[in-house]
Amino acid sequence: MNSFGWDWSYAISTLPDLFSGLKLTIIATFFGSILAVLIGLVLCLVRMAQIPVLSGLASFWIQLIRGTPLLIQLYFIFYVLPGWGLSLAAFATGVLALGMYYAAYAAEIFRAGIEEIAPGQWEASLTLGMPIPRVWTGVILPQAIVAVIPVLANMVIAMFKETALLSSITIMELLAQGKSVGSIHFRYVEPLTMVGVLYFIVSYTAARMIRRLEGRHAIQN
Amino acid sequence: MQSRIDPSGSQTLSPATGMGPALLSMRNVSKSYGDRKILDGIDLDVAPGEKVALIGPSGSGKTTILRLAIGLVEPEEGTIRIDGRYLWHEEDGGRLRRASNKHTRQVRRSVGIVFQQFNLFPHMSALENVREPLVHTIGLPRPEAEKRAAGLLAKVGLADHLTKRPAQLSGGQQQRVAIARSMALQPRVMLFDEVTSALDPELVGEVLKVVRDLAHETDMSMLIVTHEISFAIDIADRVLMFDTGKIIEEGPPSQVLKAPQEPRTRQFLRAILER
Ligand SMILES: Nc1ncnc2c1ncn2[C@@H]1O[C@H](COP(=O)(O)OP(=O)(O)OP(=O)(O)O)[C@@H](O)[C@H]1O
Ligand SMILES: [Mg+2]
Repeated sequence: MNSFGWDWSYAISTLPDLFSGLKLTIIATFFGSILAVLIGLVLCLVRMAQIPVLSGLASFWIQLIRGTPLLIQLYFIFYVLPGWGLSLAAFATGVLALGMYYAAYAAEIFRAGIEEIAPGQWEASLTLGMPIPRVWTGVILPQAIVAVIPVLANMVIAMFKETALLSSITIMELLAQGKSVGSIHFRYVEPLTMVGVLYFIVSYTAARMIRRLEGRHAIQN
Repeated sequence: MQSRIDPSGSQTLSPATGMGPALLSMRNVSKSYGDRKILDGIDLDVAPGEKVALIGPSGSGKTTILRLAIGLVEPEEGTIRIDGRYLWHEEDGGRLRRASNKHTRQVRRSVGIVFQQFNLFPHMSALENVREPLVHTIGLPRPEAEKRAAGLLAKVGLADHLTKRPAQLSGGQQQRVAIARSMALQPRVMLFDEVTSALDPELVGEVLKVVRDLAHETDMSMLIVTHEISFAIDIADRVLMFDTGKIIEEGPPSQVLKAPQEPRTRQFLRAILER
């Protein structure tokens, strides 16, 4: 084994471990995304509803999350909260941190989508006497959500790459698997390169698919 | 909020027609945006069944009058009544106080509006657009709402387009869906805001025909902003000429549109004909 060259058979032998890491990465991204979209929508609506105190809190929360690194939030949940009597499993911690962090971004994405809706939609609804909750659920949100799906999808890709941070709290996701394989064989070139390649293949493919869907959507309208 | 207006002079007769108590009645209504006064002390009555055409140059406040009449904007001064009920006020021992939102929503329900830009719900089919207020405003069961919506769409000549989305319809067809939708709640007063001015010329006729048929067949009151002079002559009982936030001339179409007295009305009509 030449330490500067590239050993194909070693590189390929790392794949089973890396795939199990990738699987965990994808699962974390999946649940993190669901959490982010749901919490993000709630945050956005609470903020826009102009409820005294509550809307201000939502606003502050979004700023707080966006103004601090995800790694700190991860550490906070993992190392600090247990001291306050709230301890979660590592994987749950990871998903929760991802979900909350990206919820702050999703809230902004939803807000932009809602603000893009033509004022005529509100006017038509109000002059037809429709109840306000129905205007939201039947008129505004369906249009706003469809409009922001591509942006949300890009957010999910960003989250997918950020899951590498979960390796720092003992979760054996893709990067952690790569490091582990490297440490066993005292050689990191192949496993870490393969890790990068896998991240790239998944996010590039996903981004291409989003572009394709966007294009088709644009043609339909 | 106390209003300065004395509510005792309630049941006014429409000046032009004497068709009975006014269905839509504005008294001394003023509206400003910033420090610009858009409407200045407007008095306006529309009798039951009366068709009133509003004309006037761009920016004279015609759209604002309609938005006031359906309660989309609130006047700083004056009162608006629909079928005798105050839109923004409730009577309380002979005095007027600011009404609840619920009251305003209730009163507004007797008024329908068709917008220049249609404002259809783009993610819903034609049928769903018309069904929407039937289900969610008056709570009709879905099958009945659907039947009624289909009937309304058939009336405006769209029986074959029920499942199409707005994007799949022509501008004229979209505006006809919008008319059917605004008719769904059987308003007593209908407002039309230049409903053909966003359309390609060849589509104007089909929409005007629908409005004309409605005007002739129903006893709804109508307030119609339009630049289509021959259309106004055909359907209006009375024409109001607006300029800089005031009504500067009013009377039957034969007078205001054919033999206007005011120089500014003459000038405006000439400008329209020369377009
Ligand atoms: N929301 C608003 N904020 C500020 N100014 C407004 C607003 N709505 C209307 N205006 C102003 O009020 C004036 C009257 O507007 P309005 O739309 O009622 O005129 P209009 O007679 O309908 O004109 P047009 O024929 O162009 O439709 C215009 O100068 C317009 O710029
Ligand atoms: Mg206008």
